[in-house]
This record gives sequence, C-alpha cells and structure tokens, in this order.
Amino acid sequence: MISREDVEHVARLARLALTPDELERMRTQLNAILVHIDALRAVNTDGIEGTSHAVPLVNVMRDDEPRPPFPADAMLGNAPDRAGEFFRVPRIIED
Amino acid sequence: MDLHRPIHELTAAFSRGETSPTAVTEAYLGRIEKLDGKLGAYITVTAEQARAAAAAADRRYRAGSPLGPLDGVPVSIKDVFCTRGVPTTSGSRILERYVPPYDATLVSRLAAGGAVMLGKGNLDEFAMGSSTEHSAFHVTRNPWDLARVPGGSSGGPAAAVAGGLAAGGYGTDTGGSIRQPAAFCGVVGLKPTFGRISRFGLIAFASSLDHPGPFGLDVTDAALLLGGVAGHDSLDATSIPAPVPDYTADLARGVRGVRLGVPDEYFIPGMDPEIEAAVRAAVEVLKGLGASVERVSLPATPHALATYYVIAPAEASSNLARYDGVKYGLRVPGRDLVDMESRTRAAGFGAEVKRRIMLGTYVLSAGYYDAYYGQAQKVRTLVRRDFDAAFGRVDLIVAPTTPNVAFKHGDKEDPVQMYLNDVFTIPADMAGIPAISVPCGFTAGGLPIGLQLIGKALDEPGVLRAAYAYEQATDWHRRHPELA
Repeated sequence: MISREDVEHVARLARLALTPDELERMRTQLNAILVHIDALRAVNTDGIEGTSHAVPLVNVMRDDEPRPPFPADAMLGNAPDRAGEFFRVPRIIED
Repeated sequence: MDLHRPIHELTAAFSRGETSPTAVTEAYLGRIEKLDGKLGAYITVTAEQARAAAAAADRRYRAGSPLGPLDGVPVSIKDVFCTRGVPTTSGSRILERYVPPYDATLVSRLAAGGAVMLGKGNLDEFAMGSSTEHSAFHVTRNPWDLARVPGGSSGGPAAAVAGGLAAGGYGTDTGGSIRQPAAFCGVVGLKPTFGRISRFGLIAFASSLDHPGPFGLDVTDAALLLGGVAGHDSLDATSIPAPVPDYTADLARGVRGVRLGVPDEYFIPGMDPEIEAAVRAAVEVLKGLGASVERVSLPATPHALATYYVIAPAEASSNLARYDGVKYGLRVPGRDLVDMESRTRAAGFGAEVKRRIMLGTYVLSAGYYDAYYGQAQKVRTLVRRDFDAAFGRVDLIVAPTTPNVAFKHGDKEDPVQMYLNDVFTIPADMAGIPAISVPCGFTAGGLPIGLQLIGKALDEPGVLRAAYAYEQATDWHRRHPELA
C-alpha cells in the first residue's frame, strides 16, 4: 500500500504541486490501480528478455551533414517568457 | 448533400465534375457550424485554411490532374498532431496557447496529397482515456446517442466521421484509442503496424506504443487514408524502412483459404452478450466466404492490461516531463524554478493525466523499477510470443474490439473500470501489430458493435482484405446516425 508520504514524495519527483485533497484522492486511486498491477508479480518470467519496443530496429543512423537549423525566433515564439535569444526562468543560482 | 459518402465515391464524383472539393468542404463546414455545438467533435475548426486547400484542389480536378486519391478530401485530424500556425493542444490546458512552428509528417503528407483539413479533433487530454470526457475543453458526444460517449481517446475524429462532420479522420492508438472509438461510433478504424506511419510531430504519450492511423466510413477509405500517410520518414528513427504497397490493389481478393483464429481469451465473463453474439455471427460470415476457423489461445492476454498500466504511464511520465513552463505552453509563476514547474504542471494537467504521471513516476522510482517496469517489459514479451505462436497456425485473429458498447457520460468515474474498456485492444499495441475495427452489428438499443481483425506485422493488406470481404457481405457500414 502507498502511504500519504509516498504520494507526497512521488508528487515532488513528478513536479506536481497537489492540494491536500488531491493527494488523498491520489493515494486511494493509486492503491486501487496497484492492486491490479501487482498481479503481474505472480507471472513467471524466468529467463524472459524484456521488450522495450515492438519493432526490431537498432542504431538508426544518418549521414552527419549540416542542415539549416530551425530559426531561433520560431523556436522561442511559444516561450512564456524570453529575453532576446534566451528562455527566461526564475533565478536558479544564488548571488 | 449526402455527407456520409465514402471518400472513394467522393473523389470519383470530383473527377466526373459532379461536385467539387469546395462544394463538399462548404457542406461539411456548414454541418460543423450547425451540429458541432452539440457533438463537440472539434477543438479548432480551420475553415479559412480548408477553403483555400479546397479551391486549390478544385483547380487540379478541373485540369484533370488530381494529386492522388485524397485530393480535395475533407478530414478531421486529432489535435495531437502538430500543425504549423494552427493551435495544437493535445486536449490540455498546458498547451492551450501552443502554436507549432512545424507540421507533423502525417500532416505534411496529407497536404502534399491535397487533403483538406477541416479542423483539429477533440481527444482525451494527451490521448489518455477511453471516453473523450477527459478533454480539458469539452466532451465529445456519440452521434448514435448524444447521452453516450464516442469512446476515446480519438473520440473527436471518430464522431466526426460517424456524424458526417468529416469524410475521413486520423487518430492515434496507444491502448485502443482508434479501434475502441471506431467500434463505439460504428465506423472503420485502423491501427497499422508500429512504425508504419511516422510519429514525427505527434505529441508523445507512450513512445513505444503510440500508433497513428485512420478512421473511414468503409474499409476502402481506411486503405486509402493509410496509403496517403504511410511510409518511411527519416525524421522518426522508429519508422519502418519498408515499401508501401497499394493497399486497395488486392482488397477484393477475398478470404477463401485464409485461416482465422478465434482466441478463447477474448470472450470473457461480464462482456456484453450482444457483442459476443454479433462477433460469433461475423465469424460465421467469414467462414461462409471460404475462410477456415479454429480456436487459438493467447494465454498472456489477462496480464496485458496490467502490463499496459505500467509501461504506458511510465513512458508518459517521462514524455510529459517536458511541460515545465519554460519552452512553450502555460507558465504559473513560483518562488523558484521547482516551485514554478510544480505550480505550472498542477494547473495545466487534468486529473487523469496527473494520475498517470504519478503512477508512471512511482513505477519508475528507486526500489520499484525492477518489480514493476522490468517485470512489465518481460510480460510484454510473453504477449508478443503469444501472437507469434498463433500466427504460426493462423493468418489472422478475429475478436471483439471492446467488451461493451458506448456507455453513458459519467458512467465510468472509477479509473479501473474505465481502463477495462481497452482489454481487447491493448495486446495488439503491445505487440505493435496491425488491427482494424469494422462495424459488425448493433445492439437491440441501436448502438454499434465492432469486429476486430488482427494480423502479423506489416500485413495491413491481409487485415484490410478480410475486413473488406466481411464488409461486402454485410451492410452495417451503410447505416448512419440521424443527427439534426
């Protein structure tokens, strides 16, 4: 069972500022879902390789040829906050 | 004007000069204007752009040189494909003001083929859901009964095609999000092989499971819509470098001698008896057309749902980490970077998306990774091996698309009940193999039922051929809802 502390920890990892109500609802619902998921533990998978992907393609390479990049203005056009050619974020380095 | 006219008939009429892309586009736009307030199939309608594309198609038909089988064809595109200069929301508040600077490959291929985009179709937020009730903007209603859901997550394009608000549509299928709404709305929905249609410019949900694919009024249309966008794309490293056949070439070859497998595990206690009866009757129809039928077993099927609810949320939690209030989309101010990110994501994501991010983050977190994610990947191998073994004996698998028909809005508040909807569609996503849903009957209450045909990797031609043979022997696909 997931505890309230577990839910708070996962919410911090996931960068989700959940309200106390949401945290409680999440605890109940995650536990209900995990009851179903826990059935997987009983499946015998000894010696079975995992599948990360359904298509057997590996190391798809292309020639390393220079191409025109996307214009910076187009890439910055959706930024909620920008300064010149940069995305602006809250200060992360102390003075 | 009849707006339940298949694409192959529409374009033939364009070529004969009986009608034009502009006339048909105007008729669809008029119907959207009149009915979409009720149906909610679209998030954004791109009327001006559609008129310009239709006018260009008019000129090509007049000159006798259309670009191909989709020239001038009005379509709805799920709002999860990026469209240059047109808002692309993924059904989420966090992307409400996002205007992509580029087109998804699917979108640019449609434009190159002359197709007319009518607008961006509604969906469950980030394609997470089975009812289109989880769109941040509005619900979509089922054209057969407005009190019921159209299925999801691609409910917008499915309802648009069923309701005569688009001639064709494109969605994505991660756990059933094309086939389940196709079944609920009584149209054809095709999920091709993983990598057959490029994912470039598709807003990612679960990268190892996301399959773009079409909705059509009949199997021929599904074949045409697939052919218009399929093929290798150097911008998607998981795109399959195999040639694209003409999917309509052998449609009429029939199913004589084709071996069909009916899996025991797809007829479960609790499923709607009317669905079981309709699917078993459909198997008899295929048998009557010369196919052989045998029982097969896919023993890992009961574990597929749980496996999916580890793998898909895990991939989603990673993919959705990009919505951080920095590069695009919503930003809610905070006292520092982490606070800003956490407030932005809390305000921008809806309840179902938060639930999946939390679940995915949990199963990937230290101490749980092997028990959940590692184990789920191994069980995914067992699901694939089941199909491999079955396809050693049969050519195609025949099954119901869903265990129940369209349910009422608000009926599945419990997330686990909602997830159970996808129990018959998830396995083909896990294995990456092609699967189609075609109409195979109606309940006594008048709700559509879907028949699912599943084939080997890249055997879209075989899947389409059997679906076409069934369709030609029946007339379910000719029934359309009355909407006024």
